[in-house]
Amino acid sequence: MADVISAPFHAGTTPVERRNYLTEPKGLWSWLATVDHKRIGIMYLISVMAFFLVGGIFALLIRLSLFDPSHMIFGHKMLDAETYNKVFTMHGVIMVFLFIIPSIPAALGNFVLPMMLGAKDVAFPRLNLASFYIYWTGAALAMVAIVTGGVDTGWTFYTPYSTSTQTSVAWMAMGIFIAGFSSIFTGLNFIATIHKLRAPGMGWFDMPLFCWGMYATALMQVLATPVLAITLLLMTIERLFRIGIFDASLGGDPVLFQHFFWFYSHPAVYIMIVPGMAIVSEIIPVFSRKTIFGYRMIAFSSIGIALIGFLVWGHHMFVAGQSQTAVVVFSFLTFIVAIPSAIKVWNWLATMYHGSISLETPMLYAISFILLFAIGGLTGVFLGALSLDVHLTDTYFVVAHFHYVMMGGTVVAFLGGLHYWWPKITGRMYNERLGQIAAALVFIGFNATFFPQFIMGGQGMPRRYYNYLPQFQPMHAFSTVGSWIIGAGLFLTLGYLLASLRKPYDAPDNPWGGKTMEWQTQSPPLTENFEVQPVATHGPYDFFPVGTH
Amino acid sequence: MQGSAYAAQVDVFYMFVVWLCVFFFLLIAGIAVYSVIRYRHKPGDVTPHWTHNNKLEFAWTIVPLIIMMVIFVWGVKGYTEAAVPPGDAQEIRVTAKQWVWEFEYPDGSRAINELHVQVNKPVKFVMSSEDVIHDFFVPDMRVKHDILPDRYTEIWFNPTALGKHHFECAEYCGRGHSDMGGTLYVDDEASYQKWLETGGVDASMPLDKLGAMLYESKGCSSCHSLDGSPSQGPSWKGVFGHPVQLSDGRTVMADENYLRESILVSNAKIVKGFDSIMPVFQGVLRQREVDGLVAYIKTLGKK
Amino acid sequence: MSSISTPVTEAHEDAAHGQHDPNLQHHFATKEQQFDTSKIGIWLFLATEILMFGGLFVGFAYMQSRFPEAFFEGHKHLLKVAGTLNTVVLLVSSFTMVLAVHYARTSKRKKLIICLAITMFCALIFLGVKYIEYTHEFSEGLYPGRYFSNPDDPTGHEFIFFSFYFMMTGLHGIHILAGLCVMAWLLRRAIRGDFSRNYYTPVDVVGLYWHLVDIIWIYLFPLLYLIR
Repeated sequence: MADVISAPFHAGTTPVERRNYLTEPKGLWSWLATVDHKRIGIMYLISVMAFFLVGGIFALLIRLSLFDPSHMIFGHKMLDAETYNKVFTMHGVIMVFLFIIPSIPAALGNFVLPMMLGAKDVAFPRLNLASFYIYWTGAALAMVAIVTGGVDTGWTFYTPYSTSTQTSVAWMAMGIFIAGFSSIFTGLNFIATIHKLRAPGMGWFDMPLFCWGMYATALMQVLATPVLAITLLLMTIERLFRIGIFDASLGGDPVLFQHFFWFYSHPAVYIMIVPGMAIVSEIIPVFSRKTIFGYRMIAFSSIGIALIGFLVWGHHMFVAGQSQTAVVVFSFLTFIVAIPSAIKVWNWLATMYHGSISLETPMLYAISFILLFAIGGLTGVFLGALSLDVHLTDTYFVVAHFHYVMMGGTVVAFLGGLHYWWPKITGRMYNERLGQIAAALVFIGFNATFFPQFIMGGQGMPRRYYNYLPQFQPMHAFSTVGSWIIGAGLFLTLGYLLASLRKPYDAPDNPWGGKTMEWQTQSPPLTENFEVQPVATHGPYDFFPVGTH
Repeated sequence: MQGSAYAAQVDVFYMFVVWLCVFFFLLIAGIAVYSVIRYRHKPGDVTPHWTHNNKLEFAWTIVPLIIMMVIFVWGVKGYTEAAVPPGDAQEIRVTAKQWVWEFEYPDGSRAINELHVQVNKPVKFVMSSEDVIHDFFVPDMRVKHDILPDRYTEIWFNPTALGKHHFECAEYCGRGHSDMGGTLYVDDEASYQKWLETGGVDASMPLDKLGAMLYESKGCSSCHSLDGSPSQGPSWKGVFGHPVQLSDGRTVMADENYLRESILVSNAKIVKGFDSIMPVFQGVLRQREVDGLVAYIKTLGKK
Repeated sequence: MSSISTPVTEAHEDAAHGQHDPNLQHHFATKEQQFDTSKIGIWLFLATEILMFGGLFVGFAYMQSRFPEAFFEGHKHLLKVAGTLNTVVLLVSSFTMVLAVHYARTSKRKKLIICLAITMFCALIFLGVKYIEYTHEFSEGLYPGRYFSNPDDPTGHEFIFFSFYFMMTGLHGIHILAGLCVMAWLLRRAIRGDFSRNYYTPVDVVGLYWHLVDIIWIYLFPLLYLIR
């Protein structure tokens, strides 16, 4: 153990061509029909990165169009109003449903979760493969929606606009309906895996915190996503058959749609952030070389967020037309749900304090997460306060808040996890210097893009606005330039990650000195993960257990 | 700008939360940065095996909880004040539609995209939509509320700051969502009364310039283009002096009377290929304003 | 300390033995572990179904509270006898399904096949009765949504009741059909002799699904047909 801790992180071992899950079995069909969780994870990884790229390009187009009220930049006229409305809708839909929600669970979680538990695979490998193809079926329908004219309702599909607009809403809704089942089945798989496939000796409180996070996420995926399914189904049938549930002119209730929609979509945002927190809980102890502080509190806080997260959906609707009583209850619960997230932040900081910290790329992203999630979470406090929310809702303040938590939080954590497990997944080390530069570009670019949006929102700049008052132009321009810096960082990342794949295997089996089970086997792993069934003989973060110093 | 006493109260609350967030962010960032610097890895480091501390967990759970509850209560207090209009508030009816605001006063006066209220007199807005969900947002007053098609919703404020304030639609409603803005004028008593009587029209402005100004301020631009392209309504370019085909099959000449009728009683004649969705401006536009619009349309070139 | 131990454990011995069993998947150590995992899986899946149908039940309750007379008038058009018959048929099918699982677990292949067949037959009866009901309703002009026409509707909002009626019974019917298809697959495997006391998980798991489909109908029937 001492040799693992004191060995420099970049101990190069002689590249050894060992058999591993990448090299055998061979052939395209062996990948497309695989039931190996690691190969499925890689296929998801490529897919979500592709959609991240598409959604990101839409984002760049949005920001280019907002550089100036004339929608001109560098002498070019950017999007017109109708196209702009479609682009921000599709940016939201693609990012939320095809990138962020599957990103950590289906891409990284699929790969890492069974290994962390000492298992050979997830509970239902064939269902895992089916999930992947269901995801792509949904994505295909979403793409049909895009090429048949796009959707212009906003990702929230509020009725009656969504039931009356002439754009391709039905295709898009059905695409997401189907993709939702992918999320449900992934969650179902993970719950069963965590319950039944832990290694001998690994009780609930011996498993890595990443697993607790994935468990809480999976509970939400299984319980919340079916409500989205029925909501989208009802909205589509309302569009096609005018059944009268959401359309006011037929006696329906447009606010009912909002209740249905947010009943899923609020837990959805926790489905997005809890996996990110789970990754941070892995990275911080390893790169601080210190056991995690408050293991049980972090574990329970994930469950707490999952449970209370089902009770706060009305805070998206404070000015939508609910009763005053409802509004007060939802505000109260919103303040309660803030507490478990704060608990995690304190425990991470207590882990770093008196640690032995090195700043490799995964740790840079984990620290970025703490700072950016802190801002995102703290600004949520503004929005939970009723009188402040009345002013700030539907403005750029909300846009800034959710980008801080979804991008500054989840995407940053995803990048951290990607770099952390890159050596395990690919057997190669990425270029560390470029990784640090890219992480810095993403951090700086992100703040430049989104911090001004808090200020704009407070000053009354509404969201989803194509035209805006000239007084907001300087901040919009600044934000646009920020988006280019993020883009530079992300394209740089894509570049050096792909470049690393052209090298021979040069990653040590455990470059970071981690204590969790995935690091106790070769990089890249065998198809069956472990040569023999591992038994849990120590905790996941036992860097210097009592008695060693 | 703080348009009311309530807005000032909201700002105090807002700044309290801002400073609270600044404090906590600096605390968090401070501990993180300090740890990174002070506890930077050196070979041979051995770190303490701290697994948990229940007292600390209790402390950093309870203190944030108390702070959250303070903010919760403060928010409820402000909200209750904003949600319940005083009994003597003057009522203005608001109708929102894609993509124009219509306001109706108790005396029957009507206005489009422009709102006049008297300073220091509470006013409440009873709102409904003719189509999709909209939202009436007055940033300077720090209030907004969604506007629904199947029921009335309300907001109110008591304006204390004279002058112009902007209002806008804050619930995405389609192509013209970001064009759906307007100006709220907070007038002293005398100016307000004068406005109610005359509609605030400037008698010295040339008619065609007046028409060009009204084209924007009354929301005609939301639906009528100037370049010949059809939108929600027919383009104004080249209309005057040419025959127009109507939806009932008739063909009429677009002379001054046709223009005047189409402006004031829009549903009398509908151009073929368009729907009858134009607001009725009878009682909203003063005579001189109608003259201005007709004059302006006459200046627009051939198709 | 390493977390990988040398391999002489009971779990490994069982696994080595179990590798010969074609019904034990490679990532499970014991049949028991595999069976328990499958049970967790199906219960989770049933939870998702409850939440999905739950949304429809909530929507129904809300709209009924808005238009109580319309819902009352609307439900009068439904064929209570047909609905009652279907309820009985499904209850019988649940019973035969329970028997099927029992016979699978006790290696009684012939009885398993008979019970599965009867269950499937009940499902077909259910679908047939629903076909008759729908035909009757369509003949009275009672279609979903925009195609609805009932000139005798005193409330003007009966069509909303029928929107929910068709959506809920339609979605339920799709689940009956899916169950029928899955049972056909089970039947084929049963005839092939795949199930015995050593391995009957698919039958057990489909049985649970079928019970849920039955329970959903038990809620639907009074809600739609027996409104007061």
